[in-house]
Amino acid sequence: MSSVHVEPILGRYLNLNLLGKPHRVYVEEAGQGTPLVCLHTAGSDTRQYRGIMNDPWVLERFRVISFDLPWHGKSSPPEGWQQERYQLTSADYAETILTVSAALGADRPLVMGCSIGGRIVLHLALNHADSIRGAIGLQSGAHVEPYYNLDWLHRGDVHGGEVCAGIVSGLVGPETPEADRWETLWHYMQSGPGVFKGDLHFYTADGDIRDRVAQIDTAKCPLWLLTGEYDYSCTPEDTEYLGNTIAGSKWQIMKGMGHFPMSEDPERFMSYLRPVLEEAVELG
Amino acid sequence: MNLHDRIVGMLPENVNADAHLVWRGRHLNTTFMLRVGEQEYVIAIREGRIASVTPGPSVMPEWTFSLLADESSWQEFWQAVPRPGFHDLFAMLKFRRLRMEGTLHPFMSNILYFKQALASIRLTKEEAAQ
Repeated sequence: MSSVHVEPILGRYLNLNLLGKPHRVYVEEAGQGTPLVCLHTAGSDTRQYRGIMNDPWVLERFRVISFDLPWHGKSSPPEGWQQERYQLTSADYAETILTVSAALGADRPLVMGCSIGGRIVLHLALNHADSIRGAIGLQSGAHVEPYYNLDWLHRGDVHGGEVCAGIVSGLVGPETPEADRWETLWHYMQSGPGVFKGDLHFYTADGDIRDRVAQIDTAKCPLWLLTGEYDYSCTPEDTEYLGNTIAGSKWQIMKGMGHFPMSEDPERFMSYLRPVLEEAVELG
Repeated sequence: MNLHDRIVGMLPENVNADAHLVWRGRHLNTTFMLRVGEQEYVIAIREGRIASVTPGPSVMPEWTFSLLADESSWQEFWQAVPRPGFHDLFAMLKFRRLRMEGTLHPFMSNILYFKQALASIRLTKEEAAQ
């Protein structure tokens, strides 16, 4: 007899207007309690949060919500996408998160994002502190300079999935469980053409928040920062800069981990995240 | 085994013995220059197999692209568990320890192949402990 395990995660599609256009957005949910909205990295999707969304301790305390940004995972690009060049901006990203959260009835959620998600939570903490109850930035930095020619990510003579996974593979920590390493890279291999590159427009250009992060008021919006020591995209130094610049923020470097903590080693990541979530629950 | 012997002997041996890696590189035909400090190696790949590793000096080396870093950076890269910033070709690129030059298309369209091939001569944990 083979055993079957059914996960507690439920997936649905949300049809709503976003950024002035009808969209079909894929959403996953699990658990009950404080709403916790989880934001995936550039060029990936909700599957990165499979560990947290299967963690009984988390699910007893949080209503965990994750959604694929438009163009990502199982969310469609808007009609007419074939005539468009996808480029994520700070304003569109923030509006998407707030609109999707409101549509799901997630009242003042705790928001946790990684990489581009770790950047946008800084924007949310700064500009929309009234709409969220706190922010957790994973691999958060105020800005990243491109360190390779981004044009390689989207050209007809290079396979997009191969190049995206090839570029990011070293961002996974070296002692990550092999199954989780390759699961994480598989998500990158499945991204649509130009989507990772379009996200990096926000990450490397439009989303630069260096000159404003000091204005984040952690009394209004508590902020926690967790960063893997092997991340060379958003480095531990980038997070240290944020920690030293934003009064009241709390930060920690995660030993042995890389750029995708929740996906590359969910168990090890939970040992860092659980104390943060406990604090968040206490703050209400 | 010193670094030179690992590159000249162990690199083709390990890559060519990995049937799945060779299969993944079956459409890859290129010649690249690996430079470890001042020491040059011209490495020819034919249908995913390493056909030759030719150490310099050479007066007329021909190659399509090259990967250049100083010897200490490569030594760090080939540790069993490299330190952060030395553990991946793009990490070394980010911190300006590695330079890639030339016609990069063969490399950029086969990044995972090259990463795995070069990582195949990392020290084992037993060797590192000695």
